[in-house]
Amino acid sequence: MLVLSGIAIVIVGFALRLNPLVVVGVAGVVTGMAGGSSLTGVIETFGRAFVENRYVGIVWLVLPVIGLLERAGLRERVQTLITTLRAITTARVLLAYLLLRQVTSALGLNALLGQAQMVRPLIAPMAEAAEERHGAITASIRMEIRAFAAATDNIGLFFGEDVFIAIGSVLLMKGFLQQSGYVVAPLDLALWAIPTAILAFLVHGTRLLLLDRRLKRARAAAR
Amino acid sequence: MITLEHVYIMTGIMFAAFAIGRALDRSSARRWRSAAFWGTYALSFLAGSHLPDLANGMILMALVVLAASGLASADAAAPIAERREAAQSNGNRLFVPALTIPVVVLLVAVFGKKLHIGSAALLEPAHRTLIALALAVLVALALGCALLRAPLLAPLREGRRLMEAVGWAAVLPQTLASLGALFAAAGVGRVVGQLVTQAIPMTNGSIAVVTYTLGMAMFTVIMGNAFAAFPVMTAGIGLPLIVGRFGGDPVIMSALGMLSGFCGTLMTPMAANFNIVPAALLELPDRNGVIKVQIPSAVLLLAANTALMALCVYRR
Repeated sequence: MLVLSGIAIVIVGFALRLNPLVVVGVAGVVTGMAGGSSLTGVIETFGRAFVENRYVGIVWLVLPVIGLLERAGLRERVQTLITTLRAITTARVLLAYLLLRQVTSALGLNALLGQAQMVRPLIAPMAEAAEERHGAITASIRMEIRAFAAATDNIGLFFGEDVFIAIGSVLLMKGFLQQSGYVVAPLDLALWAIPTAILAFLVHGTRLLLLDRRLKRARAAAR
Repeated sequence: MITLEHVYIMTGIMFAAFAIGRALDRSSARRWRSAAFWGTYALSFLAGSHLPDLANGMILMALVVLAASGLASADAAAPIAERREAAQSNGNRLFVPALTIPVVVLLVAVFGKKLHIGSAALLEPAHRTLIALALAVLVALALGCALLRAPLLAPLREGRRLMEAVGWAAVLPQTLASLGALFAAAGVGRVVGQLVTQAIPMTNGSIAVVTYTLGMAMFTVIMGNAFAAFPVMTAGIGLPLIVGRFGGDPVIMSALGMLSGFCGTLMTPMAANFNIVPAALLELPDRNGVIKVQIPSAVLLLAANTALMALCVYRR
């Protein structure tokens, strides 16, 4: 039971809005020591895992490209273009991106699109510009549109990737079931991800259309 | 062969350049603390593979302490008038480097397997996607500097601006993944699995299904990762009860169980790379802004997954 103290620290730390990095560091040390390791043992395990997980940080490599383009006016160019397209709305931008993200992930192309390389430089500015076409928008509406853009990327990725047979989660399931004595085909696992993928598109897509309607109402009220 | 190690070195050089850029900026408060933070992170990328575990652990501890002490804030973006003017003169050329990244990743995904030097693969097969991303960045940078006639230091200066806007949250996903490893080593999963199975009476198949999917989601919320939750919940509830006692189908159970875990990922700050980092990247004032938007979709999909499993898993 003592090993659960790390979970308690994480929950309390996040609830109190302490610096998450510190919370996670403390939780790790406490959990390790509760599990019977020495302090140096815990720091060693932490260090080994940290180095093994460096691949998570590789995505930051795109920031110099994005920064360069933003300095050269990418956001402003996106806004100019969107203004000329009458049929574009915030929801339509995000719906198209949701579909694209799901389909490319289902084909195993996870790294093709993403938060740093696509949402920040292109998708969020497009979604914002589609609403700004009707006049200035408040900061809170801008932030809501951005949050929806980020959420759309995540939902598209999560409920697309499992349709691909060679993705990590499908292989993990196959491997784990095999260890436990059940031989299953990755294709069958991937097929059973399709109903949820379709539902995800419908559920999140509907919420995007509702967002459009809410934006329209806010516009009418402001006038 | 181009390996993951090369990509780590490239990333390390970038962070080292950020650290130097910050240290040289005499006008900024806290410049040494920030320079030390990015420099230490750079060291982890450059030397991590060769250092002993204890040294790597000390690097992580140093990052935590530096982050807690408060880092310098990011430089301001260039004035909007300047950017508008640049946008006008650069026009649609701006999209070329931006779209280069996905195009190169796609090309490497399709043709990367076929690239060889002699009999050896050109790209380390296990990490082809990550290497593709790094190559795509290099191509996009070269194109960007040529097309936009930007000075060579501009990408580093602007990249540092964006990186410092994200701040210490940049290191959080990797730290959380490491916490997962510590949890696993200490046997947290086993204890949670036992607690859940003891607490809920499994009298029929539907109760087992609901416990399994909700357990996957909740355990993922705690661990920040459905991959950590899957073995625990499947060994604790899925296989012995849904498959073993009530005769359910292991394929349907696993596929929908994992997706239930993904619903949990959408709802937790512990999945920092999906939820906290994008909020920082998009400069949202609320760290949990992305999670708040995701929760309704996640709850609906979790309910749908549970219903789908309850309907389908026992029909063979």
